[in-house]
Amino acid sequence: MTIIYMLLAISVTVAIVFFIAFIISVKKGQYEDTYTPSVRMLFEDEVIKEVSAENSKTKTDNQ
Amino acid sequence: MANCYHCGDSCNGSEIVHQEKTFCCRGCVTVFDILNDNDLSYYYDLEKTPGTSPKTIESKYDFLTNEAIVNKLLEFNDGNTQIISFLIPTIHCSSCIWVLENLQKLNKGIRTSQVDFPKKMVRITYASEEISLKELVTLLAKIGYEPYISLEDLGAKKRKTDHTLIYQLGVAGFAFGNVMFLSFPEYFQVEEFWLDQFKNLFRWLMFAFSVPVVVYSARNYFISAYKGIRSKILNIDIPIALGITVLFVRSTLEIVMNWGTGFFDSLTGLVFFLLIGKFFQQRTYSYLSFERDYKSYFPVAVTRISANNTEEQIPIYDIKPGDRLLIRNKELIPVDAIILKGNALIDYSFVTGEAIPVVKNSGEKVFAGGRQEGALIEVEAIKEVAQSYLTQLWSNEVFSHNKEHQFQSLIDKISKHFTIGVLSLAFLATLFWVFVDASKAVQVFTAVLIVACPCAIALASPFTLGNLLRIFGNQQFYLKEAYIIEQMAAIDVVVFDKTGTITTHAKSNITYEGIPLTEAESNLLTSSLRASNHPLSRALYDILNKNDIKVLDHFEEITGKGIIASYNKQSIKVGAPSFVDASQVAEEENKTSVYVSSNNDFKGRYVFQNTYREGLLEVFQKIGKNKEIAILSGDNDGERGRLQMILPSGATLLFEQKPDDKLHFIKSLQQQGKKVMMIGDGLNDAGALAQSDVGVVVSENVNVFSPACDAILDASRFSSLPDFLKLSHKGIQVIKWSFILSLLYNLVGLGFAVTGNLMPVVAAILMPLSSISIVVFTTVATYFLGKSITRKEKK
Repeated sequence: MTIIYMLLAISVTVAIVFFIAFIISVKKGQYEDTYTPSVRMLFEDEVIKEVSAENSKTKTDNQ
Repeated sequence: MANCYHCGDSCNGSEIVHQEKTFCCRGCVTVFDILNDNDLSYYYDLEKTPGTSPKTIESKYDFLTNEAIVNKLLEFNDGNTQIISFLIPTIHCSSCIWVLENLQKLNKGIRTSQVDFPKKMVRITYASEEISLKELVTLLAKIGYEPYISLEDLGAKKRKTDHTLIYQLGVAGFAFGNVMFLSFPEYFQVEEFWLDQFKNLFRWLMFAFSVPVVVYSARNYFISAYKGIRSKILNIDIPIALGITVLFVRSTLEIVMNWGTGFFDSLTGLVFFLLIGKFFQQRTYSYLSFERDYKSYFPVAVTRISANNTEEQIPIYDIKPGDRLLIRNKELIPVDAIILKGNALIDYSFVTGEAIPVVKNSGEKVFAGGRQEGALIEVEAIKEVAQSYLTQLWSNEVFSHNKEHQFQSLIDKISKHFTIGVLSLAFLATLFWVFVDASKAVQVFTAVLIVACPCAIALASPFTLGNLLRIFGNQQFYLKEAYIIEQMAAIDVVVFDKTGTITTHAKSNITYEGIPLTEAESNLLTSSLRASNHPLSRALYDILNKNDIKVLDHFEEITGKGIIASYNKQSIKVGAPSFVDASQVAEEENKTSVYVSSNNDFKGRYVFQNTYREGLLEVFQKIGKNKEIAILSGDNDGERGRLQMILPSGATLLFEQKPDDKLHFIKSLQQQGKKVMMIGDGLNDAGALAQSDVGVVVSENVNVFSPACDAILDASRFSSLPDFLKLSHKGIQVIKWSFILSLLYNLVGLGFAVTGNLMPVVAAILMPLSSISIVVFTTVATYFLGKSITRKEKK
């Protein structure tokens, strides 16, 4: 039954890993701006030049 | 009517068709071209009409070539790579974010840029060898994102957001979850061999998790309790700190002595819930600033003409009396000065709220804070920046006070009685048990303090006020902090500023006096006004019928005087009385008018008058029912009669009030023991706003800057003001009801405690249950309060 020591160690370690991840996320400023990233991720793809060029082409075709 | 493809404004009959799209002005076309040529047309796919029409900037940013100024503005500088953060008030949609984060496509020198949307800030990293700061700013202005650079940005320490509360909350939440998990087996008190074996390990682990909660997360409660005791105030944090201490000490003793499992679950849960409450009432409007003084309005630098007649850019703090300064169109006059050359048309709307610009001729004195409209003028400074008429207001001691500390909240008042009650109950119960069963005495004493820990009471106020803060925010009434609501509920006197607060800048009431114009004349008038950029022309043009617009044969605008225009042998003059051959008509003072003459015959004049805001009468009536009303105006008493008609009897009306007078008026009311709410708009109200218990700024556009205050009210919601006051009253009632509710919980808990039956599991259930039910109660109650105000709006 000493396995429980092992399990405890694992569960506490996992909890601590998440806790450290939380501290790092605050330190890196993830809580300073909670809105912009949600918008930014929606247009990430368009930064690639080919895609945007293609987009504008189809757009002018439509008109 | 067609709307502009770029900015969405209606084109008003002057649309420009470019690449099969309509635009309202050349500026918008330029932005479209820049973006289109640089593969940035996705900007227009993301949102409909996302743009802002760019303003002409000319040499406005020349001061960015002054290295000393640039160095103060930069966040980081290693010679080539430079980082700067700008506030850009026009950021408003996802297209804005996208285009500002793709600036590197417009200029290779720009490395990266990142937008903080809630704060309306953009942080740009660029190579100064490829693009200078001035070029960068000009580029931004060209695409309609003109950064706002003010005196405040100079030498201001970059504000660091304080994350302590988030860390504390994280630690408490982490510990709470793990302790709950570890104490779970003992809740059921299973007599199981293996659980018994590991009991001690589990308990010591819980102890280990609780230590950081007590030492770090709950630190502020101990500090605040200590401060309270030192200044002899029994604040709410004293019973909380006492409860936490007792919980921790008793639990530790229990596991050391092997008496039981302790209350670590309740302890960590308590701290976690308390911190959530604190977190919840934090202010949420990061894009609004409530701390502004004149520095946020004033420019960083000004053009000075040196002795050998060369122009140079100097920081405005370096202006000495006697310096000759150049003020261009749309530039702010930074010091009190005398006009040397040129005709000034000065817009004091920042200062007084007066929408219509004032004409000043050379030799006349102008005050700091006015904005020049029209051509370039040359002035001579007569004072330094900090000693000018307006700016010296900030040397008043009222600006160094912190209002929150002077204010005793409802919770402070209650906690005094509460703390005394709990302590006496604890001693009485202990005394009783000393005689009955001495072994239980200590246990009962600690149990009382644990149960009475006013977690629910401490949560009632942050959640109610936090919810109300958000409801107000949805109604475009933005409060600086939650405690303002409590102050609002106690207001006895409401003081209004006149110009710009109860009158609106948005539309002036323009009336015509004189010989009626013929149709040809009025058509010519409209056509000539259309070509003029003078603010009065624009205002007049907006109200006139715009049919049959002609292309004029001749048009000339003489700065500071007026317009001459002709069409088909008919000529018209619009402007100052001396200019339009109206010398026989006496110019009435205190009234802004535009005179018109046709073929050199004087016809009449348009008189501009302020209009009162919609619903003003009702606002006065509703507030007047149970509060006093006063009006302070910096103007002459020309409108006394008009105001008295709509004011309830007994209202105070004071005219020709200087900024200092306004402040002293508020102070004298407060000395009579009254709670005063000041409602103002301009910089000249800043003193009164700071002195009052609640300073509210009425703003036509909340993103534009308003003086330091406690709350910002969007002008369109001015008529809801009485409802907001009423809502704050109701909010306080909700808090009182929750106090009663949480006292009931405390009584139940105390029942267990004084009889010596408090099991850890009871505490662990009672504590979260009371906290959660209080949170639910306040949330539901405020939700219905909020509903009542939105319903009214719909009617």
